[in-house]
Amino acid sequence: MLTLTQALYDQIVGHARQDHPDEACGIVAGPAGTDRPERFVPMLNAARSPTFYEFDSKDLLKLYRELDDRDEDPVIVYHSHTATEAYPSRTDVTYANEPGAHYVLVSTADQDGLGEFQFRSYRIVGGVIREEEVQVVTAY
Amino acid sequence: MAIEVRIPTILRTYTDGEKAVSGQGTTLSELFSDLETRHKGIEERIVDGGKLRRFVNVYLNDEDVRFLDGISTALKDGDSVTILPAVAGGSK
Repeated sequence: MLTLTQALYDQIVGHARQDHPDEACGIVAGPAGTDRPERFVPMLNAARSPTFYEFDSKDLLKLYRELDDRDEDPVIVYHSHTATEAYPSRTDVTYANEPGAHYVLVSTADQDGLGEFQFRSYRIVGGVIREEEVQVVTAY
Repeated sequence: MAIEVRIPTILRTYTDGEKAVSGQGTTLSELFSDLETRHKGIEERIVDGGKLRRFVNVYLNDEDVRFLDGISTALKDGDSVTILPAVAGGSK
């Protein structure tokens, strides 16, 4: 199960809505080993695409150095799908390289009247997708 | 000639959980072959058909080696190499 605060939930949704129709992406970092998302880090989608996202390579290095220095994990890795459901695509599974992370998918398809708004979370380990419950709380 | 290589979480299964290992070589290609002798299986996670895999980023000190000479990038004693899988995906 993923537990996150309403404030973080709103920040992820806000970023996804702001970048629509392009995919938005980022992480929420937390103290190493706690599985507690705390620090919202929106990232630039270097692909600037409605169907693909990729962290810029320089930003990626900077981010991982920062996580290392602060002794943090990428607790959540999030991105949006803008015209399809919030379910991991084959591409998402292929490039899911953080077995400890919660992969959050947000669908902003509602903005184009193509579906409903969705916020869902998954574990993706060794090519296997497992959806999990999302619990939104006011504070930890 | 020692090069420090920083290993991402996903590849630490090849390094007994170590976050950084030491290797040698005058180019990245040689370095990865050298790592393979002690960490069997790691090379093919980084290199495919003699080239760096598209969704694996390799940095020499602070520079993405795609903007240097890719897998032929020259190394010198004391350099630091960082391997990071791309964070990527999408609906397609």
